[in-house]
Amino acid sequence: MRYSGFSVFMQALNRHKGWKPTWRDAAPKPSYDVIIIGGGGHGLATAHYLAKVHGITNVAVIEKGWIGSGNAGRNTTIIRSNYLLPGNEAFYELSMKLWEGLEQDVNYNAMVSQRGVLNLCHTDAQRDAFARRGNSMRLHGADAELLDPEGVRKLVPFLNFDDARFPIKGGLFQPRGGTARHDAVVWGYAHAASERGVDIVQNCEVTGFLREGGRVVGIETSRGTIRANKIGMAVAGNSGRVAEMAGFRLPIESHVLQAFVSEAIKPMIPTVVTYGAGHFYISQSDKGGLVFGGDIDGYNSYAQRGNLPTVEDVCEGGMSLMPAIGRVRLLRSWGGIMDMSMDGSPIIDHSPVDGLYVNSGWCYGGFKATPASGFCFAHLIATGRMHETATAYRLDRFATGHVIDEKGVGARPNLH
Amino acid sequence: MHEFTYLGDAAYRRPDPQAPDALEAFVEAVHTRVNPAGIHEELWYHGSGCRSWLKVRRDTRTHEIHGASFANPETTR
Ligand SMILES: Cc1cc2nc3c(=O)[nH]c(=O)nc-3n(C[C@H](O)[C@H](O)[C@H](O)COP(=O)(O)OP(=O)(O)OC[C@H]3O[C@@H](n4cnc5c(N)ncnc54)[C@H](O)[C@@H]3O)c2cc1C
Ligand SMILES: [Zn+2]
Repeated sequence: MRYSGFSVFMQALNRHKGWKPTWRDAAPKPSYDVIIIGGGGHGLATAHYLAKVHGITNVAVIEKGWIGSGNAGRNTTIIRSNYLLPGNEAFYELSMKLWEGLEQDVNYNAMVSQRGVLNLCHTDAQRDAFARRGNSMRLHGADAELLDPEGVRKLVPFLNFDDARFPIKGGLFQPRGGTARHDAVVWGYAHAASERGVDIVQNCEVTGFLREGGRVVGIETSRGTIRANKIGMAVAGNSGRVAEMAGFRLPIESHVLQAFVSEAIKPMIPTVVTYGAGHFYISQSDKGGLVFGGDIDGYNSYAQRGNLPTVEDVCEGGMSLMPAIGRVRLLRSWGGIMDMSMDGSPIIDHSPVDGLYVNSGWCYGGFKATPASGFCFAHLIATGRMHETATAYRLDRFATGHVIDEKGVGARPNLH
Repeated sequence: MHEFTYLGDAAYRRPDPQAPDALEAFVEAVHTRVNPAGIHEELWYHGSGCRSWLKVRRDTRTHEIHGASFANPETTR
């Protein structure tokens, strides 16, 4: 089915009774050319680009629950390319460019909204660091503007500017950043991949690997054995579990991150705002809810729910930055399991086992990476070589010392 | 500031820097994690209490705590 303004008009005449499921819920076949484990954003994007860019359509995406039931449907939907380090910035800028063409590419409305992302600074040193990061972004072709307090005031006048302890000294603004509707991104990639013949298999948990002569040649699942010469894993917070089945370990810890949404209010926050003196960031959805979050809880977890100390922490951050939201009621909160890597940056590489490829280590920032992650992972699986913008995301960088540590905190995932 | 601070997997042992495989051993010790979905032995610091390091057995799937002891076996209190 192709979506267009015209198809919406025609359906309206028919009281919208004619809409069909946008992608095919497939039963697994005995074998494929490529299997992708994990029906989150990254797995589905990989399948789409394998089919579209590399012409490999005999592909299955194997998902243990329903697609988007993991972090893809739990994140706070922020997209941006405001990184400092060379290994990262080119990659995230590729992702931003793919976001800009995504809806036309997959023929699906993902509500990509370039409303901007504003990082606030509260000290002179922080402003210097922002100037440096902004320059790095511009050198990589991204957009960045260093705002003074007046510039920030014009954009978001309702902040706590003259706080005695954390006055707002300015901000780094990326106008092309913003948000996208996360589940529409999942459905959009599923739609486009399915149209090209990719099988999307749900309620199918991978429980082991089939091996021949040291390489993996298939997977064991709750719905039987499925063979393939190439298998990619894109299972985010479950990376450790799946790697264990294949017999290797990763530089990854699984941690829980919570998100929050308030009751709907009238339009108030026109961009994405991040606090620089605490752990808090916020935007407003098109439905009116304030969507916000903060730090990971900070201990290993597979529970998909967090604890109250972090809730308190996040709300304190919000109150100190934006006292006006104190009267708004919280509607919902939830948690997702992050694949926290030891340097805070991702891994897109061959695994130690022949035939198996790893896509992992996205920490709390993999939603914005969804298009480029799928693009580069598909390139690796199809050609055997890393895509030129993802060459830094090697698995062996932890041994060679080429870690990409944006925050410079070392191998402490709960501090990233 | 919370009452307890988390350090991580209690399995960490500093490898012998003189060992012939010291490089691999350090990479393993610093970066590689078992990261189990289930019982995890981990270190917590009781910063706003007795200021001892604790070894806690906790289920990472449920957050249920199955026991704790002083990380330093010589601590008795
Ligand atoms: C609360 C929260 C807020 C966030 N906010 C942002 C943000 O604002 N911006 C941003 O860029 N990023 C954000 N992130 C991070 C981002 O959501 C993730 O990095 C990204 O979604 C991970 O990639 P994915 O979509 O493929 O993961 P997932 O959607 O988790 O996909 C992995 C899939 O693998 C499946 N799976 C696991 N094990 C198996 C198995 N054995 N067999 C079959 N299937 C299996 C899972 O069910 C899951 O569907 C946030 C995350 C959370 C939790
Ligand atoms: Zn104590």
